[in-house]
Amino acid sequence: MSNTELEIVVDDPTAPEDNSPAVVSTGVVDVVVSLLLLALAVVLGWDNWRTGASWDSTGPQPGYFPFYLSVILGGASLYGLGAAFLSRREAAETFVTRAQLRRVMAVFVPTLLFCLATQYLGLYVASFFLIAGFMRLVGKIALWKSLLTAFVFTAVMFVTFDIVFDVIMPKGPLEAALGR
Amino acid sequence: MEAFGLLLHGFAVLLTWKTLLLMMVGLVLGIFVGVLPGLGGPNGVAILLPLTFTMDPTSAIVMLSCIYWGALFGGAITSILFNIPGEAWSVATTFDGYPMAQQGRAAEALTAAFTSSFVGSLVAVLLITFLAPMISSFALRFGPPEFFAVYLLTFCSFVGLGREAKHKTVISMSLGLLLAGVGMDTVSGQLRMTFGSAELLRGINFLVAVIGLFGISEILLTMEERLALRGHAAGISLRVVLSVWKDLPKYWVTLLRSSVIGCWLGITPGGAIAASFMGYNLAKRFAKDQESFGKGRIEGVFAPETAAHASGTSALLPMLALGIPGSGTAAILLGGLMVWGLNPGPLLFVEHKDFVWGLIASMYLGNVVGLVLVLTTVPIFASILRVPFAAVAPMIVVSCAIGAYAIQNAMFDIWLMLGFGVVGYVFKKIGIPLAPFTLALVLGNRAEDAFRLSMIGSGGDMKVFWSNGLVGTITTLAIVLLFWPVIDKAFVGLGRMLRPARA
Repeated sequence: MSNTELEIVVDDPTAPEDNSPAVVSTGVVDVVVSLLLLALAVVLGWDNWRTGASWDSTGPQPGYFPFYLSVILGGASLYGLGAAFLSRREAAETFVTRAQLRRVMAVFVPTLLFCLATQYLGLYVASFFLIAGFMRLVGKIALWKSLLTAFVFTAVMFVTFDIVFDVIMPKGPLEAALGR
Repeated sequence: MEAFGLLLHGFAVLLTWKTLLLMMVGLVLGIFVGVLPGLGGPNGVAILLPLTFTMDPTSAIVMLSCIYWGALFGGAITSILFNIPGEAWSVATTFDGYPMAQQGRAAEALTAAFTSSFVGSLVAVLLITFLAPMISSFALRFGPPEFFAVYLLTFCSFVGLGREAKHKTVISMSLGLLLAGVGMDTVSGQLRMTFGSAELLRGINFLVAVIGLFGISEILLTMEERLALRGHAAGISLRVVLSVWKDLPKYWVTLLRSSVIGCWLGITPGGAIAASFMGYNLAKRFAKDQESFGKGRIEGVFAPETAAHASGTSALLPMLALGIPGSGTAAILLGGLMVWGLNPGPLLFVEHKDFVWGLIASMYLGNVVGLVLVLTTVPIFASILRVPFAAVAPMIVVSCAIGAYAIQNAMFDIWLMLGFGVVGYVFKKIGIPLAPFTLALVLGNRAEDAFRLSMIGSGGDMKVFWSNGLVGTITTLAIVLLFWPVIDKAFVGLGRMLRPARA
C-alpha cells in the first residue's frame, strides 16, 4: 500500500490573508496582566490578613500560608512589571493582529453565547445551536450538513451521558416538555 | 520477586472482556484526541474523566491511562504526515519524520515512531514495576515535614529547571497554590478568599481549571493560527513493519539512551517535551554524519519518540509512589484518583494492591494493544484531519462544557471554565507556563496541610525541615534547584546541549 503520493490537503476556507495590522503589542499585554495579577495579590493578601495570617496556640492560622503566597505572587508580578517596562525588544512584538483577533472572536463569542444558552435552554439544545450555527456561519458548510452533524453529535452525547453513563447535564424547557 | 507475583495477579484482574474492551475504547479515544491539534493528552483525559465517574476505580483508571497512551501514540501521526505536532512533545519528531514522509517513506517513519514509543514506554513501565514499590515502602516512613520537603522540591525544580522566565514560573505557581486555597480551609473549617460568594465555597476545582486552560484556550489558539494542513496519506503494510523491526537492533544505543533520558526527565518534572528534544539532540551529537539529520533519517524519529514516551510513562512513577505527578496528565489522573476516593501516595501500594497492580499491568497490555491498534488504523485516523475544523471546534467546546459541568454538577463551573480558557490563552501568548499552575493547583492543599502539620508538630520551628538527614537533604536539594540557574553558569557548555536544536 504505497499510495503516499496521494496528498490530503486540508484548508480552512475562511482563512484570510496575512499582514494584517497589530491590535496590541506583547509588551502592553504583559504590563496589563502584571497589573491585574498585582491587584489580585493585594486583594487576596488583604483577605487572608483579615482571616488571620499569624500564629496562634495551634500553629499557623488559616490565612498564613495563602497570605505569604500572595506576597510571593505580588513580588513576582512587580518584577514582571519592571521587566516588561525595561525590555524594549519584547514590547514591540505583536500580541495579536486584527485578522487573528477576528478569528479568535469567531470562536470566543459563540462559546460565550453557548454558555449563556446552556444556563437557560439546557446543554443539549445549546450544543445543537452552537454546532449547527458555527458550521453554517463560520465554516460556510451546507445547511443540511450542519444541521445533521449537530443533531447526530448532540444525540450521541445525550445517549452517552444521560442514558448510558447516567451523568446528568443541565436541562431546559425542551427536555422538560419531552418529559426527561 | 514479590513484585512479579503481584504483577501476574494484576494481569489476572485485567484479562476480562470488559476491561479489554474499555482498553480499546480508551486507546481509540486517546489516539483521536492526540491527532486533533486542538486537543491533547491533558484535556483529553480531563474531558473524558466524567465518563468514568460511574465505573469502578480499576476499570476507570485502565480506560483513562489508555486514553493517555493513545494520545502519546496519536501525536506522532500528525507530526509525520502533516508536519503538525499534535502535541508539544512531538515537535522533535517532525524534524526527521516529515522529510521521510515527503520522500515517500511515511510508512517507515510511522512504524519507527510507534515502535520506539512502545520501546520507550516499556522501559519506563519496567522501571515503575520494580522501583515504585521500593520508593513507596521507603516513603511510608515519611512524616509531614518530609512530604512538604518533597513538594517543595517539586515546585523549586520547576522554577529552577524550567526554560521560561523565572518570575513567570513563580507567578504561575503561586497563583495555582492560592487558587487551591479558595473555599473551606480543611484544617480549621474557616472560609478563605470566598468574598461571601456561595459558588466559591466549593473551591476552584482542579479539573474545571484544566479543561478551560488546555481545552478552551487551545481552541482559541488553533483558530488564531489558522489551520492549513498539507500532508501525506499513508498505509502501513506488514512488509514495511517487518523491515523496520529487522533494523531495530542496529539502533539499540539510540533507543537505550533516549529511554534513560526520558525516564529521568519524566520522574523529575522536566517533562516529555524536554525529553524529546534532548533525545533528538543527543542522537544527533553522537551520530557520525550529523548533516543527514533533519533530512529524513530514521534515527531522528527513533530518538525523540522513545524519549517522549519513556518520560510520559515514567511521570506516573512519582504519582503512584509519592502522590506527586511528574506531568500535567499525571496530575489529572491524580485528580481522578481523588474523585474515586483513593489517596495517592505510598499507602496506595499497601491499601489498594489490586488497583495499583491492575494499573501497572494495564500499562503493559495497553502498550501492546496500542501498538497493534495504531499500526492497523493509521489511514483512518489520518483522514480525521479532513473533517473541517469548523465542525470539530464546536464539538470540542461542547465536550469541554460537559466535562466541566459533570464534575460537580454546577453551572458556575462552566463559566469558570470559560474564564480559565481566556486566562490560558493570554498566559500562553505572553509565555507564562501553565504546567506549574496545574501542578500547584492539584498539590496546593496537600502541600499546605503537610506544612501546617509539620509546623504544629514542631511548635512553629522552621528547623523541622532540617531535623534529620533525610528531610534535610531534600530541603537543601530543593533550595539548590531553586537557585540552579545561578549554579548552572558553571555548566554553560552542558546547557547548550540541552537547548532545542534548530530544525
